[in-house]
Amino acid sequence: MKARVTVTLKSGVLDPQGKAIEGGLAALGFAGVDSVRQGKVFDVELNTADATKAKAELADMCEKLLANTVIENYAIEIV
Amino acid sequence: MKSAVITFPGSNRERDMMYALELTSGVAPVSVWHADTTLPDVDLVVLPGGFSYGDYLRSGAIAARAPIMDAVRDFAEKGRLVLGVCNGFQMLTEAGLLPGALMRNAGLTFVCREVLLETASTANRFTQGMTKGAVWRCPVAHHDGNYFADADTIKALEDQDRVAFRYARGTNPNGSINDIAGITNEAGNVLGMMPHPENLVDPLQGGTDGRAFFESALSVVAA
Repeated sequence: MKARVTVTLKSGVLDPQGKAIEGGLAALGFAGVDSVRQGKVFDVELNTADATKAKAELADMCEKLLANTVIENYAIEIV
Repeated sequence: MKSAVITFPGSNRERDMMYALELTSGVAPVSVWHADTTLPDVDLVVLPGGFSYGDYLRSGAIAARAPIMDAVRDFAEKGRLVLGVCNGFQMLTEAGLLPGALMRNAGLTFVCREVLLETASTANRFTQGMTKGAVWRCPVAHHDGNYFADADTIKALEDQDRVAFRYARGTNPNGSINDIAGITNEAGNVLGMMPHPENLVDPLQGGTDGRAFFESALSVVAA
């Protein structure tokens, strides 16, 4: 089973990298960009067919390592 | 006074730290490997600076889950002293031993320079022998030193006098909230700081301003 975990910064947390990308896009002439926030994507392959179990395990992985829940949110998607 | 310094793959200031500890205490620290699961009988454990695991995922994130860290957590819970400098501070926040997180520097660049530090609190076991309000020189070298925590956490740190060090006189190199350079846990036996006092203890390094910190921290242990 394949899953995709998306980790994003919580709102209110300053994202200097996103700001720099915003500046880069503006420099390229993309005038309509209001804001950019940078995150991370993890594609995880699990050796189970049980989606419920997989989601629970992925949530545990996020809490323990993939995300820092002080500053980040995570979303889990079975693909 | 006995101390131990833990080396992780990618640590690079462990020798500087051991040199500073030996210079100021007269006792050579014990070197501990990250894959060990027990700590020697010491009073102080130091997580040194560097780029453990190449800063993969997040700075300090993988190291914070290393085999030795359960022993470090037990050690801290017993009230013994745990110091994290730079990457070590990042590990302590990732391990949940200190609140908040160290984010990418606001200016996005790696900063390697000297800053001025104010000893903002002497209400913990590391700085209690220092002079509150004193400003001293200290090197920094980091890419992720921008201290962040939610407003409630910042308020608690300030109210409980847990900000041990602040960047002084406009030298904040990374955008940290309230110029925070170092904080302690509630009990005052765990300290994390981004600057490197171990790199200013010998005239050969350009000064000895960092000595007062070690002398303070180590005298508590010796007492």
